[in-house]
Parts: sequence; structure tokens; C-alpha cells
Amino acid sequence: MSAITPEIVAQHGLSADEYKLVLEIMGREPNLTELGIFSVMWSEHCSYKSSKKWLKTLPTKAPWVICGPGENAGIIDIGDGLAAVFKMESHNHPSFIEPYQGAATGVGGILRDVFTMGARPVANLNALRFGSPDHPKTRHLVSGVVAGIGGYGNCVGVPTVGGEVNFHSSYNGNILVNAMTVGVARADNIFYSAAAGVGNPVVYVGSKTGRDGIHGATMASAEFNEDSEEKRPTVQVGDPFTEKLLIEACMELMATDAIVAIQDMGAAGLTSSSFEMASKGGMGVELELDKVPMREVGMTPYELMLSESQERMLIVLVPGKEEMAKAIFDKWELDFAVIGTLTDSGRMVLKWHGEVVGDLPIDPLAAASPEYDRPWEPTPALPVLTPADVEEKPWGEALSTLIASPDIASRRWIYQQYDHMVMGDTAQRPGGDAGVVRLHGSNRALAMTTDCTPRYVAADPVEGGKQAVAEAYRNISAVGGLPLAVTDNMNFGNPEKPRIMGQFVGACQGMGEACIALDFPVVSGNVSLYNETAGQPILPTPAIGAVGTIEDVDTMATVAFKGPGESIVVLGGVAGEQGWLGQSLYLRELCGREEGAPPPVTLAVERAAGDFVRAQIRASKITACHDIADGGLLVAVTEMAMAGDYGAMLAIEGPNLHASLFGENQGRYVVTVRESLLPDLLAAARAAGVEAQTIGTTGGFHIFLNGEQGPALADLRAGFEGWLPNYMAAEA
Amino acid sequence: MKAAVIVFPGSNCDRDVAVSLEKSMGQKPLMLWHRTTEVPADLDLIVVPGGFSYGDYLRSGAMAAHSPVMQEVKERAAKGVRVLGICNGFQILTEAGLLPGALMRNRDLKFICRDVHLTVERTDTDFTRGYAKGQVIRVPVAHHDGNYFADDSLLERIEGNGQVAFRYASANGEVSEASNINGSRNNIAGVFNEAGTVLGMMPHPERLADPQLGGIDGKPLFDSLVEALCK
Amino acid sequence: MKAKVHVTLKNGVLDPQGKAIQHALGSLGYEGVNDVRQGKFIELDLAETDPAKAKAAVEAMCKQLLANTVIENYSIEIIA
Repeated sequence: MSAITPEIVAQHGLSADEYKLVLEIMGREPNLTELGIFSVMWSEHCSYKSSKKWLKTLPTKAPWVICGPGENAGIIDIGDGLAAVFKMESHNHPSFIEPYQGAATGVGGILRDVFTMGARPVANLNALRFGSPDHPKTRHLVSGVVAGIGGYGNCVGVPTVGGEVNFHSSYNGNILVNAMTVGVARADNIFYSAAAGVGNPVVYVGSKTGRDGIHGATMASAEFNEDSEEKRPTVQVGDPFTEKLLIEACMELMATDAIVAIQDMGAAGLTSSSFEMASKGGMGVELELDKVPMREVGMTPYELMLSESQERMLIVLVPGKEEMAKAIFDKWELDFAVIGTLTDSGRMVLKWHGEVVGDLPIDPLAAASPEYDRPWEPTPALPVLTPADVEEKPWGEALSTLIASPDIASRRWIYQQYDHMVMGDTAQRPGGDAGVVRLHGSNRALAMTTDCTPRYVAADPVEGGKQAVAEAYRNISAVGGLPLAVTDNMNFGNPEKPRIMGQFVGACQGMGEACIALDFPVVSGNVSLYNETAGQPILPTPAIGAVGTIEDVDTMATVAFKGPGESIVVLGGVAGEQGWLGQSLYLRELCGREEGAPPPVTLAVERAAGDFVRAQIRASKITACHDIADGGLLVAVTEMAMAGDYGAMLAIEGPNLHASLFGENQGRYVVTVRESLLPDLLAAARAAGVEAQTIGTTGGFHIFLNGEQGPALADLRAGFEGWLPNYMAAEA
Repeated sequence: MKAAVIVFPGSNCDRDVAVSLEKSMGQKPLMLWHRTTEVPADLDLIVVPGGFSYGDYLRSGAMAAHSPVMQEVKERAAKGVRVLGICNGFQILTEAGLLPGALMRNRDLKFICRDVHLTVERTDTDFTRGYAKGQVIRVPVAHHDGNYFADDSLLERIEGNGQVAFRYASANGEVSEASNINGSRNNIAGVFNEAGTVLGMMPHPERLADPQLGGIDGKPLFDSLVEALCK
Repeated sequence: MKAKVHVTLKNGVLDPQGKAIQHALGSLGYEGVNDVRQGKFIELDLAETDPAKAKAAVEAMCKQLLANTVIENYSIEIIA
């Protein structure tokens, strides 16, 4: 038996206090395998020890929520006996070390979280953050991450229909790769992870176990240092072909009545899957580790328990169904092995060729999982900038610069590498406000999006947290969807620093307020902390993934102008004097300043505008719709013009024109309407208490403003479409 | 008319093409698992769908081409049963020797998913009779290995026999290097066998055969088959 | 007995991956790389003990599956 030295304890990421607790729970010194299990179960990644206290404050309930946080994914009722199952999860650290495999296995992991619950995955999305375009590593990381996401998602045959990408120097050493999967299940055929039934067989299916990613879960919870590139060998390799087979085999098995409980082996592999299943069911479990299908010779119990080999699941079967289940996995050429049984001992007992090599109490370990109330300080408020505080540049040049800037330019280079049409239900492809996927065989659809504006969150975590939720709400509404629920992926720096913890607390507060005001509960989520390199934290990035329903896909709205001579209307109003340039892209890209308070979000206004625009879309009263976000009003109008290939003739008067055109005031949409229907629209808006202002008409080949000819669409498009491919093609 | 779609481990457009076939045929096609050797005697059409059979490991389509069912497909093809291979299905048919040439990694090495324009080169086949001669159609591609290769003498033969089905073109039908998305020789996007009874194509007609998905230029291909093969 | 199989693209077949590698090497400052051809290396562990029979078997495997002779060449090395 190996003596557990303080060095070994530290290598396993446990503090001295935590180790004291280990000794108390065990009543003896643990062996290495047992220590490893404590280490992964109590890692930040698995235990949420820094974040739990605050995540609990988020609203998670609504009449349509079938299952909130705590399971593999969240579940909502979407009508017609169907449920949407979705979650977003980070794979940040692995993707920085090995971008292709890190991103690919991130997609694989989140797919498993969803199909584990009985849902067929119908769409993938992602939220990516890279370092500054000037940073020497950025190109390589973009290229590898995008290829990895595509390589995995394309092969499993699930369309990648949406996402977002930001570039900022705070991510130079810590990129963010957040992957989201949306699945659809029959609401009466959902599978959970709580084990039940003493004596029931515990079955291992999928790929064999190798030495992949041992201690990945602890790696994902430790701050990066300069030598972390040395950690490459522990990154796991994805096999999307096996995942595809695993999806089909699981779907086939789920159509029978053989499954008691099922759980994927994600981070911390066999340990966390078996532990969580037993713990949730109040059961004990006995595993015969020598029965685990192994890919390499000489593997130890320690390695088997901690391996993060991909494409594996653990299933508790109804007794007597083993043979039938095995036949299904044989058909799909996947491993199938009975590796244990459920007991009533409340303990996890690990055997190796008959000998006990580990014996831990389940409840005490789970219950004693640390929960910290880390000290935090609120983020100091920044001054509000007035339009006069920001230099006014010629509008045409400003527009041309913004439209071709890294955070606004077209993502076509990326989404063309993702199969976004497979499964034959993609009604709205990437490039619009939200991806829209038809519910197979019906006229109804799901709308989905991912959103966050990290620069706002950094400047004011509460308002920024609100804004991330509100923008997701807006994007779903802008295609005509009813926003139903969100998943969150909380990416922050080191929570042991009060300033960072304060960002987390503030973001949770803002998100919570927005979720309540918009009836938009959080049903699943993931936390990624310690995103720092050499003490430099990332911008706080609470990425929000959202799902909504569209009742009739034929009425769905898109951003493209549909024809000439239509009226262009701003819902939520032209900002004028109140134009908000603090933290705007105008301020950053044209003035080189990242300053000021971010635009506030007024949730009642947000809600009213969303309800109004959705009703107009559903009644086919408007012909195009786009929310106003990064870059402000003129950028939104230009994006609509480029998508439709019709210009715009605008009349926006007044002083502080730059604040009207480029201010990033929240809660607004640009819509187009046939001229004959304009009076109706304006009257309806008035009745709904939504400010509506007509700003011009569609047509021509340029953006005209107050009679002045601005940039040609063709030139704007060249900048918009050209930035990313040109950047990627350039020499490092 | 009786049609079957072959399903390999890793196929992922099997359902999509079945949906399009059903819309044109009015009935569901059979789905045949690759291990089966019992193929109904009265099939009129066999579809080898898109996807990543065997994960595209070794070479796209190489392993599927040796599946048990493919022996049967070859025999049926020899008897004149119509065979349609889309994307990975095209790769499988070339690997199986049912169609000439080979599909290599795209010229710029990236996966490409987007709409492309194609010229319809022949309208006298059971696959394309629903199109007009020289018609330009818009159909999506989604592939990593769609770069069609044939050596000079083979290319000459294919062209001489009129075996080219579709070419990558611009929206107004111009076939040039600028519209060659993946480096294919002579912009070839699809080829027939010599008899015109087997068609392989990289673009996915089943993905734009429904107005809710943004277009219907792919639909005439399925309608053509139904019209030709309905007895 | 082991067999090592190298599969390479035929001369005259454009090798986009090889071209990309050559380009990347150039941009890393490695000059004088006249050409790069990328191929596959496949290692087989065989039960056969007779080298001639092993070679014949692997030859058949190459023709049927391991290489696509429309575009690829192969070479076989048998190691006792």
C-alpha cells in the first residue's frame, strides 16, 4: 500500500483541509485509487465547490420545465408530447493545449449528455472566444478548434446551426470553447441517472478504456502556468464514428424497457458516472474493474477509475435484459460488458480479480463535497460616457471599419466548415439571429442561439449578466420564437480572488433578474473557473444558450431585406441623446478605448419589445427582423441590407449622430414592413407601449443617410465577408 | 416503384434521402442494413446515402465498398437496376468500382458546407429527365473529400462517353476555376456509369427538395426517377 | 510476423495535403524542401509465418482495401 505523502495529496489538487476531511470520512488512510476518486469528485469541475452557493440563486422553475439543473441536461416541454433536452459545456483548457481534439471531444461530451437522457440530438451550437487576432497563437487555435468541432459534429451527423465568436486579448492564454447540444425526446420516454434495484446489473458500453486524459477533471480546475503545454499527453482523442454508433445503439435500447438508469462517462469517467448514479439513487455499487473493456495492457484500477476515454456509457439494466441489450450493441459493433451490480451497502466497492482495491462510503463523500462561500468584492462602477465624451468620426468610414472588424465580420469561414444541414430540418442556417430546426415531420420548429457580451460583463457584471440573457431572448424573438429556457456556461478567472468572485456573484445576480423578468429559467449549466494564465484573467464570460419554439416555420423571420421600397422601422427607438457609446464597439474599434459603463438593460422594455416583435412575426406583418446588438443601429441595418442585397435610404437626424447610429442601447430591433402595412405596425406598437420609429426605406446599392451616399453594399460586403478568410490566410 | 436505401455504420443522410424519396414516391423506401445479403428481387432503385461510413477512416467509402450488401448492389447494377450514390455514397460507388475515378481531399483541405450551383449536363437519363438541358440548379454540398480525380485518359473517356452528370458552375452557369469549389477535374460534381444507370454525385439533392429548407432544385432528381421507374 | 505498408499518392495526382505541408515548412523557415508527398503508414501484425505467403496476402489486402489504385501506390515490407 502506498503511503500518501503531502506531495501526492497536492498533486491530486486537494488542499490540506480537504485531505483532513478525506481521512475523517475514510477512518483510515486512503489508497491511491481512493485518493484519486476523492480528488476528481471534489474537483471544481465535478463539485462546483466555489460556485454552488450562487448558482442556487438562479431561477430554475416554470410550468414547462420538466427537469432543471442537476441531471445530465435540462429538459423542457415543447408541446405535442415532445421535450427539448439541452445543455452547454466548456472544453476550454483541453482546447488550448490541443485545439482539434479538445474541441472535438467537447462536442462529443455534450452530445452524450443529451442522448443519455433519451433525446436524439438535433442541433449543435457553440460559443467561442479567442485571443487577439494579433496574438501569434490565435490563427492556429481558430483553425484547430473549428476543424475539431466540424470534424466531430459532421461525422456524427448532427447539424451545427449557430454560435458566436469573439476575439479579445484577455483570451490570449485561455481560449473558451463552449459547446451546446439540443436534443428532442418523447416527453414520456426520458431517462435519468438515479440507480435503483439491489442486484441490478451495471453495464459498460461503448469504446474501450485507455489511458486518455487521466486527471483531465483536475486539470480543468487548475490555473494554467507556462509549462501547461507539457500536459499534452493527457488530452483525450475523440472518435466521432463510435459516438454515432453509440447514439444509434442507445436510441435502439431506449425504445425497449430495459434501462433503469443511464449516465455517460464524461469528465472523471467511470468514477463520477458510477458514483453519481449510486449517490442519486441512494444505492451502493460494486464494480469488478478487471471486467472493464481495456484498450491497453497493464492498466491499473487507478487508471481505470480516472481514465477519460471518450464514447463510453454506464447503464443499469433491468435484470434479465442483458442478452437483448448485448445483441443491440453487438449489431453496432460496440463493447458491452457487465462490470458490476447495485448493492444496498451505500458504499462503492472496487474489485480487481476478486480482491477489494477500493471501498468508499458514497453519501458521506458526496455530502462532504466542499462548498465554499468565497470572499468577493463588487466590481466598482464605471462612469457613464455621454455622446460628447466620444469623438465623432465620419459615419461612412466608421461603418466600413466596424462591419469588417473582428467581432462583427461574417463567420461564414467558420460555419461553412460545419455541416449545418444534415438531418434535413435546418430551416434557418447560421448567419442570422438564431438557428431554426424543424421538429421532424411537423411544421413547428425550435429556435436556438448562444450569446454573451463579455466586455459588458467585465465593466458591470450585473448589467452584463442581464444583457447576456436579454440578448439570447432577443435573438429567439427576432426569428419569431417564444424563448423558453436557457443553459449557462459560466467562464471566469480564479475564484480565490475576491475581485473575480465578485464578477461571478454579480453575473449570477444579473442573469437571475433577467431570467425571472423574461420567464426564461435556467435548466442546465456548467462552470469553468481558473481561466487565467500568469495571473491574467479572461473577461468574465457567462455564455448563455437559449431555446424557444416556433409554431409555424413558414412564418419565421430572417434578417434579409426582402425587396425594395419597404419601410425600415426601429422598435425601441433611435437612441439620439441617449445613444450609449460606453463599452461599444465604436468606442473600441474607432477610438481605441475600452471604457465606461455598459448599456443598461431595462427588463420590462425588453419583454414588451420581444412580445411585440414575436406577435408581428407570427402574424406575418413584418418582412424582416434583426436585433440591434454589437455595433448598434447602423450595423444592424447594414447586415440586413447585405443579406438581402438591397441597400437602405435612411433619415436619422439630430446632434450626436454617432450615438444614434452606433450606440448599443438594449432592447431594440430593426424590422421591415411593406409600406401599406406601416400605419398598422406603428399603431400596434403604440398600443403595446413599444417605441417605434420609421427611419427609411429599402432599396438601391448603397447605404444612404440623410441624402448622403455612403458605402456601396458591394464594398461593405467585401469587408464583412473578407476579414476572417483574409486573416486566416495570412502568414502568422 | 420499389426503392431501398442502404445504411452503413456511420451513414447519416439515410433518413434525409428517405424523406425526399417518400415525398416523390408517395411511399417509404426500404432501409437495408449493410450486413444484409437478402435484397428484395424487385428493387428498381438503390440509394447509397451520404454520411461518414466507418468514420471515413482509411479512405472515404473504402470500407463500406466491401460490405456484404455491396456485392448484391454490384450484381443489381449489372442487371440495370438504378443506383444513386450521394456524397459518401458517391465515394463508396467509386471505391466499389461501379463508377470511374476517385474522390480526394478538397483542394483547400477544409470541409465545405454551402449551396453551390451546378450545370445539368444530360437530361436523357432516368435521374435527370426532370431538368432542362443546360439548366443551372442550386444544391448544397457538405464534404471533405469531394475533389474528383481521373487521370487524363480516363477523363477523356468519361467526357467522350458523356458520363458527366453535373459540373460546379457560377449562378449564371459559367463553368470555371472560380466556381470549382474543391479542385475537381473539369469541375465534375457527378458522373454516370457508361450505361447511364448508376449516378454518383457529391452535392445533396435531398437537402433542397423542400421549400421550408430554402429551395427545391433537388426535387426534380427524385421526381425523374419516380417517373422513369413507376411501372 | 509484421508487415509495414506505405500508401502514397501516384505521381501526377495532386496532393493538396503535401502542398500544404510544404508551404507550412517554408513559412517556418525551412528552405530547400522541393516537394512533399503525404501518405499513409499501416502496420499489420500477421499470424502467417511464411514471408512469401505473408507478402502475397498483404499484396491482396492492398489491392482490395488498403490502397485505392486509381490514385495510390503502395509498398510492402515484411519483417520476420
